Amino acid sequence: MLEIKNLHVKLEDEDKVILKGVNLTVEAGKVHAIMGPNGSGKSTLSYVLSGRGGYVVTDGSATMDGHELLGMEPEERAAAGLFLAFQYPVEIPGVGNMTFLRTALNAQRKARGEDEISAGDFLKLVREKAKALKIDADMMKRPVNVGFSGGEKKRNEILQMAILEPKMCILDETDSGLDVDALKLVSDGVNALRDAGRSFLVITHYQRLLDHITPDVVHIMANGRIVKTGGPELALEVEKNGYADLLDAEAV
Amino acid sequence: MAEAKPKDDRTAARLAGLSFANEGWQAPARGDALARLTAMGVPGRRDEYWRYTDPASFNAPEAMAASTAGDGDDRPVFEGIDRLKLVFVDGVFDAAASDPLALDHVEISLLGAAQSDIHWARDLYGVLEARGQVPVKRPFAALGTAFATEGVLLRVTGAVPKPVALIYIHRAETSDAILHHCIRVEPGAEVTILESGPAAARLTKVMEVDVAEGGRFHHIRAQGPDHERRACTHIFARVAGKGLFKSFTLTANGVMTRNEAVIELVGDDAVAHVAGAAVGDGRFHHDDTVFVTHQGQACESRQVFKKVLKNGATGVFQGKILVKPGAQKTDGYQISQSLLLDDDSVFLAKPELEIYADDVKCSHGSTSGAIDETALFYLRSRGVPLKAAQSLLVLAFLAEAIQEIENEEIAEDIQQLLEAWLARHEH
Ligand SMILES: Nc1ncnc2c1ncn2[C@@H]1O[C@H](COP(=O)(O)OP(=O)(O)O)[C@@H](O)[C@H]1O
Ligand SMILES: [Mg+2]
Repeated sequence: MLEIKNLHVKLEDEDKVILKGVNLTVEAGKVHAIMGPNGSGKSTLSYVLSGRGGYVVTDGSATMDGHELLGMEPEERAAAGLFLAFQYPVEIPGVGNMTFLRTALNAQRKARGEDEISAGDFLKLVREKAKALKIDADMMKRPVNVGFSGGEKKRNEILQMAILEPKMCILDETDSGLDVDALKLVSDGVNALRDAGRSFLVITHYQRLLDHITPDVVHIMANGRIVKTGGPELALEVEKNGYADLLDAEAV
Repeated sequence: MAEAKPKDDRTAARLAGLSFANEGWQAPARGDALARLTAMGVPGRRDEYWRYTDPASFNAPEAMAASTAGDGDDRPVFEGIDRLKLVFVDGVFDAAASDPLALDHVEISLLGAAQSDIHWARDLYGVLEARGQVPVKRPFAALGTAFATEGVLLRVTGAVPKPVALIYIHRAETSDAILHHCIRVEPGAEVTILESGPAAARLTKVMEVDVAEGGRFHHIRAQGPDHERRACTHIFARVAGKGLFKSFTLTANGVMTRNEAVIELVGDDAVAHVAGAAVGDGRFHHDDTVFVTHQGQACESRQVFKKVLKNGATGVFQGKILVKPGAQKTDGYQISQSLLLDDDSVFLAKPELEIYADDVKCSHGSTSGAIDETALFYLRSRGVPLKAAQSLLVLAFLAEAIQEIENEEIAEDIQQLLEAWLARHEH
């Protein structure tokens, strides 16, 4: 599904190298987790994959289903099935949440040569998905993320994901700022989307999200590289001993 | 920069090209206005409220030729809205193109035709304009009172069932129109006035609006879409207790537009909202000069002005809230913002507050900025193509001004016009 090879990325405006040769393959239907200390480059990886400006890829490649992602516009990547749940969802005053969702869904459908969804079907779809995430109708009427609490913003990201039905989902610290109940809602939302054709890359700082969304593979990222890869037990090890031990061991 | 000619010479040159028709019931008001104009003279760049806008083309004895071409595929404004149509071609009333002057709860006459004395109009014509000359001079408004021979006189006596639409058609390349409208909204009456179209190569206009106790006045105007037209317009409003005055203007294109609004809240619990959305691409200079005076107690005023500028377009906002002594519990709000779509465009703002009462709530803000790249990326990451995402953000920027239009059907029409303009001017 997603294949990242030797990815090197620096900032556009400064001579600061952030990703220093990331290699990662996520197979169809699998859930991979990336853990790592703050500043290790996790968010940068998610932004570069989804096409945010401000970064320069100096080496390497990233493909989705064999198609090179890095030359595509962000909207093309989205239409091809890539989705990023933002660590910090963006507030857009003046753009209604419903308008935003419908515009996005129809743009993706159009890009794929499909018909627009009818107003009635769209409403039904949103109602159903919003209900599962306990997002009330009032939130849908408000401007995108404006006045939403931290937890509401994260649930709104998952709602977008549920409606757009991407095949490669990247979740960047979706668990941060969530209380136990919200964490459960979000995890249930993600789990409901798991299927053989859909893959996940779950970026998190803490083991607790992985109690709810069981990963197939866990990677540890440090200083712009994947330094260790293992099964779910790796996350438990981080939880118990912190990153320091792991990273020290690697350095040896 | 030295002024090209002394003020007196410029004023004399401007007046030389005009014919002064001093007859009928307006004669005294016209004479007074001419005296006011001669005394203050036409403006120069050194005048405090003309620093950002060059008055040269308004001062010129003749209108500069202006092509009547719009953007090509733009459709008429307010087309689908049921309204009483009053059509002016190059500033001259066109009876054949207009609806009969009959509508429930409103007396309609024409400035040119009303030879007999219309008492209410005599008490209004030039009166609010004259009041509005202090403390800021408005020479072109005095010119409008002195020289206009065309315009409508509306006396609103109840809830008018549909909007009265003033439709301005620009046909001759060098037409120079002067219009003066008077509207009196009697106690508890309500009317919506629509204005649309470019009027002439050059338009000088005055609209005086007198809202009596509990009266409600709604004004929605669409200026454009010709590119080369020039317009200097003025609205003078006086709002009595519990009265409502709401005015919204959409301006699309136009090489030189100055819209002045002078509003006095004279009674208690009165409301005045004045808003504008202006979109300009290239040779575009748009100036909103607004003065709101709070005299009554517990009045609310809002000024909401948004400008989208690209390819070297210029936007100007000069807005003032004056709270007079005794105008306690005033609620005043003013926001002026520009969205600069490139580095060549400029926004010049002069927000002012002058407050002589202690128990008031007044806020003002002015910002100028580019499209929010983070928001743009967020939209694109969800599959919205770049241009559509930019348009969404531009419309979002303008939304606060559009929301000032109460009538949903009219708001939707304005929204569609803006969307079409943005589609034609995608960057
Ligand atoms: N746009 C940027 N400008 C400056 N520094 C940046 C930028 N993006 C990322 N960085 C830096 O790159 C490093 C990795 O950041 P990030 O990818 O956010 O890490 P993580 O998500 O793992 O915490 C940090 O040192 C961060 O400060
Ligand atoms: Mg991060």
